[in-house]
This record gives sequence, C-alpha cells and structure tokens, in this order.
Amino acid sequence: MSFTTHKDPKGVLVVAVDGQLIVGNRQELKQRVLDALETGERKFLIDFTKTGYIDSSGLGVLVSLSKKIRDEGGELRLAGLNEDLKTLFELTKLDTLFAISDSPPEALAAF
Amino acid sequence: MITAEVAPLPASTGFEAELRLRMPSDIAVVERAVAMVSAHLERRFADAHTVRFNVRVALTEALSNAILYGNAQDPSKHVAVRVAFGPDRIEAEVTDEGPGFDPTIVPDPTLPERLEQEDGRGLFLIRKVMDEVRYNAKGNSVWMSVRRA
Repeated sequence: MSFTTHKDPKGVLVVAVDGQLIVGNRQELKQRVLDALETGERKFLIDFTKTGYIDSSGLGVLVSLSKKIRDEGGELRLAGLNEDLKTLFELTKLDTLFAISDSPPEALAAF
Repeated sequence: MITAEVAPLPASTGFEAELRLRMPSDIAVVERAVAMVSAHLERRFADAHTVRFNVRVALTEALSNAILYGNAQDPSKHVAVRVAFGPDRIEAEVTDEGPGFDPTIVPDPTLPERLEQEDGRGLFLIRKVMDEVRYNAKGNSVWMSVRRA
C-alpha cells in the first residue's frame, strides 16, 4: 500500500489509499492521519478509489480514527469503495457508522 | 519465507488437489500467502469471485488471527495452511502453534455497543463469507468450507 495526501480548497485533507489496507500496513495510515489531526487538520476524506481490499484490521483502524477525529470535533468521510469493500462495510454494519459517498467529489461536496 | 506444495487428492474425496503452505508468524507475509492461494485457485476456476472475495476474506482473517493471537507473532512458531479444491467446493484449514482459544465466547461485533471497537471482526467475517466454519477442540485450528458459486 502507498498513500498520497493533498489539501482540498475547502480545507479537507484527502488521503488516497493505493493498494490494500491490511494488518501489515494499517499503522502507516493511522499514523499519517493522527499526525495531521495533531497539527490541526479537522476535515478528512479517505479515498478508496484505488484500494483493492481492506481487512478487518484495516476496518478497525478506520473505526479508531473515526472516534479520534470526532473527539477532536472533526469530520471523517469515506469515498470510492468498490463492490467488495461495500459488502464488507455492510456485513460488519460499519456502513451505519461512517459517512460513505460513491465518489470523492460527492464526499467533498458534503463537507 | 513461505513454503508451498501441491498434492493431488483421490477422486473419492471430492477434491482434485490440495495446496499446502507453511508460513512464518509474520503479518507482513499474509498478503503474499493469500495471493499465492488465490492465484492457484483462480487459474482453475471460472467463478473467480468466490475465490477473489470469499476465500480471500476468510483466509486473510484466519491467517491474521493465527499469527497475531494464536502464535502471538512468536518467530519460532509457524502457521500451516491447507486448501483443498474440487468441482463443488473449496475448503481451507489454518492451524497455528498457539494454545488455542474458545471461539464461542467471541462477541458479535455488530452489536451497537461493540460497533466502535477496533478489533474483533475477523472471525465474524469468516463466518459470514464461508458456508461452514469449525474449530478443533484445542481451538488452534480453523476449518472452513465454501460451495463454489
């Protein structure tokens, strides 16, 4: 997995995950977002358009980040999940916990 | 280092062959091990989605559990994987060298009070994507089976 970040004009930090978000690399994403939270970022969009797979550890990291961002008065949105990933969110009922948009532009418009 | 071998199985078993892997207790190799199994199965089956999704989800979670909780990432311990495949179904068995655990006490991670827990979704997902899931008495080996779509 690799990820890229950029700041949207609306002040949203967009984190694009390329590859897989799994047990072996979840800490990289977690640390990147926590560092940004520490430096004052409050609006986050995680873009999964180029993500093939997320395992339960990856889902767990997203849950953890969601809580931490909310505790700091911030907002987290997810976008770009493929059909398999949507199924995983539905099976675990995490689709009820996260604000999920079909595409990054839709998610950005919702901030 | 993952070692792999393929052994043909007698037709009476209902399977064509069995893929066996032995892998170290290192979470960094989970992705590689799952890719090896998926590649092996996808070459043979047209119903790639069962392999790409159901088997992949179940195997990833079972390997993670075996390494993180079973073997507690002890480098002296290994995880054994056996995947048998035939015309009707695929079954997989993942065995660690840990003390075992009681799978019946794992709470439902979709309960409202559990939904924001970071961990505890692995076994739940395995049960969701496979048709049958069983543990041995010791609790260090999970057996799972899925009918091919």
